Amino acid sequence: MSDTEVEDKKAKYRRVAYYPGCALEGTGHAYNSSTKAVGKALGLELQEVKNWNCCGAMEVKNIDPKVQTYLSSRVMSIAANEMRADVVMAPCNGCYHNLKKAEHDLAQDPASREVVDRISRKAGHAAYRAGQVETIHALDWIKHGLGEDGLKRRIKNSLKGLKVANYYGCMYTRPRHIFPEKDRGPGSESTSKPHFMDDLLEAAGAQNVEFPLKTACCGGAHTLSDSDTSTKLVLNILRAAEAAGADVIATECPTCHSGLEMHQVRAEKVLGEKTTVKMLYFTQLLGIALGLSPRKVGVHENVSEGLELLRSKGLA
Amino acid sequence: MPIHEQSLIRPENLKTHDQLVIDGVDVSGHWSTFIESRVVKDYNERLQEEIAALPGGEHIHRCWQCGSCTNSCTVNAVNPDFNPRYWIYLIRIGMEAELLRDKDIIWQCVSCNKCTYACPRDVFPEGVMKATAHWLELKGHTPKSKSTVFDEEFAGQVTQTGKIEEGRILQRFFAQTGQPLRPDWLVEMAKRVARRLPFKLGMLMGLAFLIRPRTRGWDGARRAIEEYVDEQHAKQSKALGLDELIEAAQGEVAGAGRGRLD
Repeated sequence: MSDTEVEDKKAKYRRVAYYPGCALEGTGHAYNSSTKAVGKALGLELQEVKNWNCCGAMEVKNIDPKVQTYLSSRVMSIAANEMRADVVMAPCNGCYHNLKKAEHDLAQDPASREVVDRISRKAGHAAYRAGQVETIHALDWIKHGLGEDGLKRRIKNSLKGLKVANYYGCMYTRPRHIFPEKDRGPGSESTSKPHFMDDLLEAAGAQNVEFPLKTACCGGAHTLSDSDTSTKLVLNILRAAEAAGADVIATECPTCHSGLEMHQVRAEKVLGEKTTVKMLYFTQLLGIALGLSPRKVGVHENVSEGLELLRSKGLA
Repeated sequence: MPIHEQSLIRPENLKTHDQLVIDGVDVSGHWSTFIESRVVKDYNERLQEEIAALPGGEHIHRCWQCGSCTNSCTVNAVNPDFNPRYWIYLIRIGMEAELLRDKDIIWQCVSCNKCTYACPRDVFPEGVMKATAHWLELKGHTPKSKSTVFDEEFAGQVTQTGKIEEGRILQRFFAQTGQPLRPDWLVEMAKRVARRLPFKLGMLMGLAFLIRPRTRGWDGARRAIEEYVDEQHAKQSKALGLDELIEAAQGEVAGAGRGRLD
């Protein structure tokens, strides 16, 4: 990215439309509160998308993919046409992925446009047009809205000594054609070896471990309907993180996060396979580094006991 | 697609005889293993078209059998019988009976999109897996998988209210799939959270369960989505000849009934 692009993004991401999505109002509540708290501490402003709807997650596309495209398009339409926003930020990988996919399909596929136009008209709102807003992840928001240098200046409680495995999951990078801004050389995100979370946590003082399963799948789509497969997939991820020497797996998706926590318990109860690595949202870790209390970033809401770990490292 | 399929040789057709002499030649033992011949005649020439008529299956014709999908597959690493490339091959040449041998595992695709990422021909194998699982259910080859029950429950809630509420989905999913409402490990997880969960959040989640979250002014969207989905289902039914299947089945039932009366 050129210097002007960097400055342009910094200005654009300072104030964004915020799409938390359903999971962040339920099991991912701590991700929601920590994202808001970190934004506030960093001077990045969030305006929640008005009267938003569910993006369809991993499920509606299996009933009909174009209905899923409509669901995402409605969220972007409200941000663009009712809030006059340029940027929509979604911390959930599922929401982020679906908005990106809708953006791609609406730009490339006339049949998708036709369905979105038709449902939008009957629903009584303006149909979304590709290019009206830019959808970004919470990682882009902090990485480009502030940058590592800006973050470093605000660190009050360095994560020094904390060994972190950064886990990105599936939906943040795959399939690559819906992320045209990735894989564009220095400064951009990589779809095969993503590093934005690594960059931010390193700036916060953490020691990132070499973690080969960054983009492995946790089986989130079938976490309840095919629990045995999901437990095996999660165990692989937990064991790989432990083998790499990690104290904690940093997450950036509520489905991955609750999948790892749920199947860590299930592996122990059903298979007798105990693992001890903890899970924390990357926004929780950043919040701690910015001097916020563990309670403020919802560490007590996680299933895995992160507080003890933070205490043992002198971080809480 | 000139790929020789080892797995087309069924294990039960491999014959080794301890004592066998044919025309004076001793063919006993391992070195004289026979493969019993098998002639495939029941091709479904429309199989590829049927899969392509379902969402996700549209691009199956592009496949040139490189195997990148299976090579990158998350589920294949856990279960080697899960083989997207092979299934695409069977569908394209219309070997329905062979495909049906794997009918109970095809729904297990986790939608990680590694195959779609790796595919050099934009087949979108993830979509093909979903279309195939869907086809198996529509044709009555498999019962609705737990995954489909979950998808329908989820999509139903979104269509009705614009939003979902996780607790309600969980409860209805466990009830509909005949699983214990509270598996041990889920109880254990809930206990671990409950120990630290602030009272206020628990209240909020309980409230969300009682008062369903909904998007305001959603009725127009609900009706438009329902109308569109009904149209799509009718189109898919036609493409798969489901009405004829149902008629034929009804005819059979009626015929069997008459048989008993005579």
